Amino acid sequence: MRRYILRRLLLILPTLLGVAVLVFLLMRVVPGDIVEMRFAEGQFFNAELVAKERARLGLDRPLWRQFLDWLWGIVRLDFGLSMWSGNPITREIALRLQLSLQLAVMATVVAVLLAIPLGTLAALRQDTWVDYIVRVFAIAGLATPSFWLGIVMFLVLLSVFRWIPPMVFTPLWENPWQNLSQMIWPALAVGYRYSAVAMRMTRSAMLEVLREDYIRTARAKGLWQRLIVKRHALKNALLPVLTVIGLEFAFLMGGLVVTEQVFNLNGLGLLFVQSVARRDYTLVQALVLLVAFVYILVNFCVDLLYGWLDPRLRYQ
Amino acid sequence: MQLGRNGWWQGVLLALALSVVVLMVPGPFALAQEQPRSGGELIMAVPSEPPSYDGHREETFGLIHPIAPFYSLLLRVDPDDYTKVVGDVAERWTVADDKLSYTFTLRKGVMFHDGSPVTAKDVKASYDKIIFPPAGVVSDRQGQYTVVEAVEAPDDATVRFRLKWPSASFLLSLASPWNFIYKADTLAKDMHWYEQNIMGSGPFVFVEHVRGSHLVGKRNPNYWDKGKPYLDGYRALFISDTAARVAALKGERAHIEFRGLAPKQRDEIVKALGAKATVQESPWDCILLVAMNHEKKPFDDPRVRRALTLALDRYEGSRVLSQIAIVKEVAGVQVPSTPYATPPEALAGLAGYGKNIEASRQEARRLLKEAGAEGLSFTFKNRGIPMPYEPLGIWLIDQWRKIGVNVNQEVIEAAAYYKVLRAGEHDVAMDFQCGYIVDPDLDLYKFLSVDRNPSNYSRYSDRVLDDLYDKQSRATDSEERKQYIRQFEKRLLDEEAHYIMTLQWQRIIPHSAKVKGWKITPSHYLNQQLDTVWLAE
Amino acid sequence: MMQTKPPRAAVAQASRALSLPRWLRGVIRFARRWPLGAAGAAIIVVMILCAIAAPLVAPYHPLETDFAAQFSPPTLTHWLGTDAFGRDLLSRLIYGSRTALLVGFASAFVGATLGALIGVASAYFGGRIDLLIQRLVDLFLAFPIIILALAVVSILGTGVGNVIMAITVPMIPNCARVVRASALAVRQTPYVDAARAAGFGHGRIIFRHMLPNVMAPYLIMLTAYVGQAILLEASLSFLGLGVAEPTAAWGLMLRGAAVEFAETAPWMAIFPGLAISLGVFAFNLFGDSLRDALDPKLRVL
Repeated sequence: MRRYILRRLLLILPTLLGVAVLVFLLMRVVPGDIVEMRFAEGQFFNAELVAKERARLGLDRPLWRQFLDWLWGIVRLDFGLSMWSGNPITREIALRLQLSLQLAVMATVVAVLLAIPLGTLAALRQDTWVDYIVRVFAIAGLATPSFWLGIVMFLVLLSVFRWIPPMVFTPLWENPWQNLSQMIWPALAVGYRYSAVAMRMTRSAMLEVLREDYIRTARAKGLWQRLIVKRHALKNALLPVLTVIGLEFAFLMGGLVVTEQVFNLNGLGLLFVQSVARRDYTLVQALVLLVAFVYILVNFCVDLLYGWLDPRLRYQ
Repeated sequence: MQLGRNGWWQGVLLALALSVVVLMVPGPFALAQEQPRSGGELIMAVPSEPPSYDGHREETFGLIHPIAPFYSLLLRVDPDDYTKVVGDVAERWTVADDKLSYTFTLRKGVMFHDGSPVTAKDVKASYDKIIFPPAGVVSDRQGQYTVVEAVEAPDDATVRFRLKWPSASFLLSLASPWNFIYKADTLAKDMHWYEQNIMGSGPFVFVEHVRGSHLVGKRNPNYWDKGKPYLDGYRALFISDTAARVAALKGERAHIEFRGLAPKQRDEIVKALGAKATVQESPWDCILLVAMNHEKKPFDDPRVRRALTLALDRYEGSRVLSQIAIVKEVAGVQVPSTPYATPPEALAGLAGYGKNIEASRQEARRLLKEAGAEGLSFTFKNRGIPMPYEPLGIWLIDQWRKIGVNVNQEVIEAAAYYKVLRAGEHDVAMDFQCGYIVDPDLDLYKFLSVDRNPSNYSRYSDRVLDDLYDKQSRATDSEERKQYIRQFEKRLLDEEAHYIMTLQWQRIIPHSAKVKGWKITPSHYLNQQLDTVWLAE
Repeated sequence: MMQTKPPRAAVAQASRALSLPRWLRGVIRFARRWPLGAAGAAIIVVMILCAIAAPLVAPYHPLETDFAAQFSPPTLTHWLGTDAFGRDLLSRLIYGSRTALLVGFASAFVGATLGALIGVASAYFGGRIDLLIQRLVDLFLAFPIIILALAVVSILGTGVGNVIMAITVPMIPNCARVVRASALAVRQTPYVDAARAAGFGHGRIIFRHMLPNVMAPYLIMLTAYVGQAILLEASLSFLGLGVAEPTAAWGLMLRGAAVEFAETAPWMAIFPGLAISLGVFAFNLFGDSLRDALDPKLRVL
């Protein structure tokens, strides 16, 4: 088991390094840079201006130099300054992290509250109309673009209820009512899609477990046993469900991008899109590393959980 | 359903007509009827955020709207009449007879927010940074002040500008909303300090800025203009999504957005707020242009270029597009209703500005045939910004189709756009011009030969045009200047058709009726110090 | 999973008695067993027919502007209303199905096929090659999809071909991982070792022996991907990085004017969104039933 953990831990570093190289190169290959973005519209634009600013941002140095300097900074946990605002990147990210994190957690809660009961219900009532409704509900969640759902939600709130959510983010502990009235809508839009995947997973996992011999025997024995059995079944079915929830949590960070735009949330997703549009290399690189790190971490934890819960997998 | 819709439309039109009528009344007269009230916090919605805080460096309105109230300028545009220049830090000035020297006397009692007085030394240091930036310092509009020989501060209250040649627009160029007055001592210690910090002498004092969210300013109790500002403070909300911004205005979470909204959004807001909304509209000093690369055949042939501009039915375009996009008037090289705007007779004489579109299009087809470019087909490069690039792109392609020209559009992401244009590989592309002040020197600069102005994406060299530009720039007699400008326009848009002008943008500002004392100008960079603004009950 | 229902036997008997062609009998059997999947398949067929017969079905040309009819609500002349340029929404939706299906099928096919090949190769060769490919797959999976797509579109520009490429890239590692799991099972059969011993080349073994045995997960991933590709195209277009105007594409129709005028002209935003949802919905329903039929144990997200 220890060897397993060690191996997985050691693999994290080269993966992160690979991500770092890839994002660095990708951003440099994409045409346009921040200096042009910033000054190209000016009426008195000239090449000298561009050269000055590029030198200031260090963009005129050879690529390998830039990469190594940046990497060295990362190692010392110094992510540098945003090329757009000149602010330290850690500060830019910290400002938005709270919102995105809260949204992710709320969406997860919504997803779990929807997925587990509904998925279990569908499994227990397989092939009945209840099952069909749940399955259709789940697939609709997968099919609906979350940003479109957000647009429709906004429309309904505005037209029918004549009310729009608050525009500025207040932290949960400062003003819970204002905070929740702003965040519940994107959480629902994102959570619905998230729950769809988990719902289907719960259903199929439960179905598999319910087919097991010991369950069938217990079933034959009567009602009271059935309750115990359901609890057993649920516990074993939870494993793949946890996997799905864990993996999707990481995808959430990337998927928040469009949702934050629609609901005007000052989160990491919006920052991401804006930074790419501005070619703010340092900020994009830091964000990608962050997302990749979260994904890898979650993956790792899930693998650990799997290994711990199911001894058979430890020896692979 | 049809009937209900018509009724609603009439209601909107009525509301609009009423608001427009109310605003037709000249400024001072309207102000005299209402007494400004002190107090209140103005909440403005801003579509984009300032990258850094240094006005000498940046060119986005995302800096002006939240940051301009913290700073004073030497001269500024009159909040009541944008064609006039008044003193801000400067109290009065004299111009030498040879027009090569401008001397300004500064007001007494102007203080920085840290308590120190604003002196000529500070004005000189700020302008030196703008006009003669040291190594490593970027001054975005340095090219505008090539006429300046030197800036002098003979004593604490006097600033003198010495010019190399007489310039008709010099005073106007000093009223640039970007020329914040910084503290000389601070600049001496660190030229980059003002990029990350705010400390000025304006009507408001900086409180806080939460990136991506909001920025707050409060009134400056020591402002030189006693009694002003009226507001207790203001809050700028950064809302990048247009629909969310409109919703903020409709839901009364913001009072005003200072850039401009689309016609249908104005209608939505008026419908939602009714009498609680006021709408101010004005032609905007921004326009989309079509650049035709003279280095690529057949766009080196003026007949082909003329054909492309003749194909456009600008008047129908104006009628139709003004309902869905932020464009409206058919104009020449200067914004309508400004001193050097094109008079109707001159406008009618330009290719593509005639009222008989059938005749124009026939002429266009004839020209194409003569130039051997029948069945012309090319790629039109457009910028990936929805408003108004998309609708205008679709309209242009549609109009060109009517003379048998087949165009397919290639949309390029905003960040890569200018790089592509500068590479000079395009055939025809959408170009853009926004002036921060209505000034022929600024608005005509783009059309200079490509070796003088690298932003000339039609990539031509026209010495006659250059010569006309220089003449108008130095003509201190306004009638003489008008003549040169008309000649410039004729050559640019008609004889050579170097560039095609589409429709003038229209600035539409629907705002809460509580906001008073702010008068719209053709530039979304002007009149943003907010010292004259007050909130009614 | 197999639940015998007496009526099915009766239907089977009846269809044989009526001597319906074999394939039709197969279809009816599928429809009875998995009605949801059949519904999905039906919608897909309608979509494909719309796409092929677009010029016949659509009442107007999708690029035809009619400024007099800007923003008109659903009426008899324009069944689903018009957009900001007076272009008929129904026609644009019908032509949009072409773009959606083209992008969907092309990306899914290329993505799933390349992914399957890589997964099979990885499982077949094993050892260091397998480890290397696995690390690369992990790398790309850790990368946010939006960035990859964004990068491709930024480098190559907008347009249908480039969007297809942008969507394909993130799909490859995902499919590789899933197929590899199945391929590993095949690899371990003595059959493959015997083939090697007999002197068959690598290529032959992979193509003729391993690939046919991973058809089930491959097909399932393929159908799942079509739905995902349509959604991804919609998101990219919404961000301005997808297909370019004035092409009719569902995702593109949701951007800009549709959102800005959402309150006065809600049909502009509602119908394209419904079309996307319906399309993805259909592919998911069908894919699900396919999975149930071929390999119920397969875990596909």
